[in-house]
Amino acid sequence: MSNNSRSMQSALGRARGLGAAKADAVGHWSAQRITAVALVPLALWFVFAGVIGNIDSDHAAFRAWIAQPINATLMMLFIFTSFHHGALGMIVVLEDYVHAPAAKHITIMLAKMAAAAGGLFCAISVLTLALGG
Amino acid sequence: MVEFALPPNSRIKPGKTWPGPQGASKGAANVKAFRIYRWDPESGANPTLDTFHIDLDDCGPMVLDALIKIKNEIDPTLTFRRSCREGICGSCAMNIDSDNTLACLKPISEVKGSVDIYPLPHMPVVKDLVPDLTHVYAQYEMIQPWMKTDTPAPTSGERLQSPEERAKLDGLWECVLCFCCSTACPSYWWNAERYLGPAILLQAARWVFDSRDEATGERLDMLDDPFRMYRCHTIMNCTATCPKGLNPGKAIADLKVAMFERAV
Repeated sequence: MSNNSRSMQSALGRARGLGAAKADAVGHWSAQRITAVALVPLALWFVFAGVIGNIDSDHAAFRAWIAQPINATLMMLFIFTSFHHGALGMIVVLEDYVHAPAAKHITIMLAKMAAAAGGLFCAISVLTLALGG
Repeated sequence: MVEFALPPNSRIKPGKTWPGPQGASKGAANVKAFRIYRWDPESGANPTLDTFHIDLDDCGPMVLDALIKIKNEIDPTLTFRRSCREGICGSCAMNIDSDNTLACLKPISEVKGSVDIYPLPHMPVVKDLVPDLTHVYAQYEMIQPWMKTDTPAPTSGERLQSPEERAKLDGLWECVLCFCCSTACPSYWWNAERYLGPAILLQAARWVFDSRDEATGERLDMLDDPFRMYRCHTIMNCTATCPKGLNPGKAIADLKVAMFERAV
C-alpha cells in the first residue's frame, strides 16, 4: 500500500486494479491439489518398490525391473506428477514474495522451464534404461 | 521482494515511562504495566513504546477499560478507536499481547506480565493505535456487499428464504469488519494490493451463499483471479485470531469449492 501513497487515484480504483485475471486460477488450484493426492501413492511406491525394493540390485537387475511396463509407467507418472506439482508450488511462492514485475516474470519462467527440462531429462533416462539404452 | 523488516522510520524506539498509578493509594498491590505503541505523524519522530501503570482495583476488567482510563486520567493524547465497548462495532481492533483482537472483549486478566498493545499489523498508521483502513474499505466496496437481483421484490412482503438457506449465512453475517483476520494473514501482509484478505472474502461468501442474491456468477467472476482469492494458502491465522469466533478460512474454502464446481 505504501508504494501508492502519493497516487491520486481513488481507493476504489486502486483496489479494483487491472480487474480479475480469469487466467485459470481455479485450474492451477485444482491441479496443485490433484497432483498432491496422486503423489501420496506414487511417492510410497517410489520409496518402497523403487528404492528399497532395489537396494541390493546391480545395474542389470534394476534395468530388468524398470523394463517392466508397469514399473516404467509408474516411474514416468511419478516424474511428471512431481515436477508438475513442484512447478505449481514454486510459481505460488514466487508470486507471493517476488513483486518487481521483471524479476517475477523471469523467475516464474525459469521455474517452468527448469521443471520441464528436469522432467524431460528424467523421463528420457527412464526410457533409455527401460528400452535398452 | 516483500519487505520483511520495518522501514527505518517505522522502527520502534524506547518511549516514556509514566509514573505509577495516578490517584491510587501508595500500597496499591494490583498494578499492571501497559506498554503502548505511540506515534505522532506531526512529530516526524520514530514510533515509541510508552509504559503506563494502572491500578487494576480501580479499573474495569477489559483492556479497553484500561485504555480509556489512561486517556482520561494520564495522557489525553493517547489515540485509539472505540465505540460500542461490547464487540459489536469492531472499532477497537488492535494487537494485544501478540494477538489481533478487540480491546473491549479482551480481559486484562488473560495477559501475563505487561500488556503490550500495538496497532493492527502491517497497516499504515494514522496515529498511535489507529490504522488507516482506506484500502480494506475500498476492497469491501469492490465486492458490492449488497443484494443484487433482477427479480422484482415481492409486493406482498420480503424476499423469502427457507430455514436451510438462511442457515448457510450463519458464521458469515456475524462479522463486524474489525479486520483482525486480514491483518493477521501473512498473505495479506505481502500482497494486500491485490489479495482481498480473509475479512473481505468472508463478506464475499456471505453474498455468494445468500439464496436471495441473483448475481452469484458475477460475484465468482470477480474473484476468479490468482491474487484476489487464491493468495489464501489456508494458513488459518484468520480463524485463530477472530474475536467473534468465526471461521474465515472455511468461508474461503467454500468459495474455492464453488469456483471449482462451476468449472467441472
